[in-house]
Amino acid sequence: MSDAIPLDLDFATGDRARSVTTERRPVRIALILIAVAFLTLFLLLPLFAVFLEAVRAGFGSYWSAISEPDAIAAMKLTLMVAAIAVPANLIFGLAASWAIAKFEFPGKSVLNTLIDLPFSVSPVISGLVYVLLFGLQGYFGPYLQSHGIQIIFAVPGIVLATIFVTFPFVARELVPLMQEQGTQDEEAALSLGASGLKTFFLVTLPNVKWALLYGVILCNARAMGEFGAVSVVSGHIRGKTNTMPLQVEILYNEYNFAAAFAVASLLALLALVTLVIKVALEWRFTDQIAASRRH
Amino acid sequence: MDARVLIEGNDPVALPDGGPLPHWDKTVDVSVETVVKTFGTTPALHGVSLDIAAGELVALLGPSGSGKTTLLRILAGLDVPTSGRVLFDGEDALKLTVPERNVGLVFQSYALFRHMTVLENIGFGLHVRPWSRRPRRRDIRRRALELLDLVQLSGLEKRYPSQLSGGQRQRVAFARALAIEPRVLLLDEPFGALDAKVRRELRRWLREIHDKTGHTTVFVTHDQEEALELADRVVVMSEGRIEQVGTPDEIYDRPNSPFVFSFIGESSGLPVRVEGGGVWLDERPLDLAAGDTPDGPATLFFRPHDVEIGHESAGAIPVVVQGLRRHGGARRLDLEISGRRDRIEIDLPAGDWLNVSGRISVRPRRYRLFPASG
Repeated sequence: MSDAIPLDLDFATGDRARSVTTERRPVRIALILIAVAFLTLFLLLPLFAVFLEAVRAGFGSYWSAISEPDAIAAMKLTLMVAAIAVPANLIFGLAASWAIAKFEFPGKSVLNTLIDLPFSVSPVISGLVYVLLFGLQGYFGPYLQSHGIQIIFAVPGIVLATIFVTFPFVARELVPLMQEQGTQDEEAALSLGASGLKTFFLVTLPNVKWALLYGVILCNARAMGEFGAVSVVSGHIRGKTNTMPLQVEILYNEYNFAAAFAVASLLALLALVTLVIKVALEWRFTDQIAASRRH
Repeated sequence: MDARVLIEGNDPVALPDGGPLPHWDKTVDVSVETVVKTFGTTPALHGVSLDIAAGELVALLGPSGSGKTTLLRILAGLDVPTSGRVLFDGEDALKLTVPERNVGLVFQSYALFRHMTVLENIGFGLHVRPWSRRPRRRDIRRRALELLDLVQLSGLEKRYPSQLSGGQRQRVAFARALAIEPRVLLLDEPFGALDAKVRRELRRWLREIHDKTGHTTVFVTHDQEEALELADRVVVMSEGRIEQVGTPDEIYDRPNSPFVFSFIGESSGLPVRVEGGGVWLDERPLDLAAGDTPDGPATLFFRPHDVEIGHESAGAIPVVVQGLRRHGGARRLDLEISGRRDRIEIDLPAGDWLNVSGRISVRPRRYRLFPASG
């Protein structure tokens, strides 16, 4: 292509055949260096430090730190909370995006804004809200206590706080895509005789499956890593209500750095695995993902 | 509008002869009775009535905002009229849900299911039927292949929509709509997204499909050429009302309103005055009959090719030549009415009058007078 266009213009002396759509070489190199330096300093270095610190005292102590009963309990709790919060938000996010993108109803913009609330509110407040509602001094506290139900300083509270904080992830992925796709596919399916349910499962859902998966992955990453809100409602009972991020904090505060970084490295590893899954899926299904964006 | 283009030679989308076709005996007549539709406070249709015979191919033609798409969506059941009735074969169609209505819908944007192959797309309508009415998998496949053959896409059944050209996608969309044996076929700007050449091919192809399958078909278009060439009858709409319903010839040759005259084909409109059965341009009597047009201000409409020109003469319209341009197979004259700012355009056969200039006069051979409104 480019050899068809004479680039040998008078003012383009110096670097020959300079592309007209890019900056000069020194500018490009400078920009690339800035970007790489930034990534290294703020992302790669900390990640590297976590793993380095974790194994600094040797693999033996690393192993004993992560096989300790409290650590294992924290892992189990973290996985369990994610296993409840993620499906809950998958269903909620799908339902909300479906409603917002495909239907007109009063209060639609309010709902759309409400979905973002957990992003804009500090996680500590998200936690405090549940204490206020379900804690001993809270609105429903006395009632719950008299019926032997404990929410705050117990697993249900942790699950609730996590659901609240990870609320927007799926919906935020789906709403723009569903809005862009419009309603014509659904109208076509209906006119072809499909019921509402069949239309949803055979047309709407497959059209957004990749965005949905992406939302779920992000939601899961956040559910496992959430600290602030969970910290408020957990009560920090070792071996019972400590999730992995909380366990890391406790160990760190006890100057048990090796153990703290060991658990932290596991958490970081979970995050990395999540990202690897995402990249692998994107790589494996490039064509389908591209096709689902537009025809 | 003499741009009815003939496609020469080997037409790539001609229909195959014979071939097993599904049975098409369920097509219905459609009756729209004083349908009103308002969106919020915005009126979209003001009491529209229309009768469509079974097997007819009808075009809804109008500028954007004329309500033609709203009317089509009401027929499909995707919109509900504020008042009025829609009957399929005399039966109240408004009581039927969209899936029950059994209409074939084709959109401008195709709306093919992107995660399904061509064959799965075409078979979708049969596949989603309730268990008791669902054909066997083998039969769905055979039917879809037949339809694929009908739309001239045999061999592409395993492709995904993203692997097809625009014209091919639209033909898959047709096949998908035909698969459910629709009682009415509704097409919303079916060729709007295609380029001019493919559009002409598909237009002719649709006409052939219609002649072969005989579905009652309603299509929305803003392309008058398409409407006039394709439809048995054209419904011209404007601002939520039907302006005129008629065969393409009636619409083109006998427009019943200034809107239809200026919207369909090319025309010039000249403000004149009707007095005592004569037509006056300012103080000059024109050699035209006013017919039953009432006295008072009126607008004289005529087509660029329905005009003859001559040297200045009494009773003709005196004009000054402003320019001469090539216009397809003809030459187009830009004329300014002497003593006024009004401009008109007329067409001359390309060979003649190469040196027209200065003051001449023109006389419409065919024309319509409409009383000036307001």
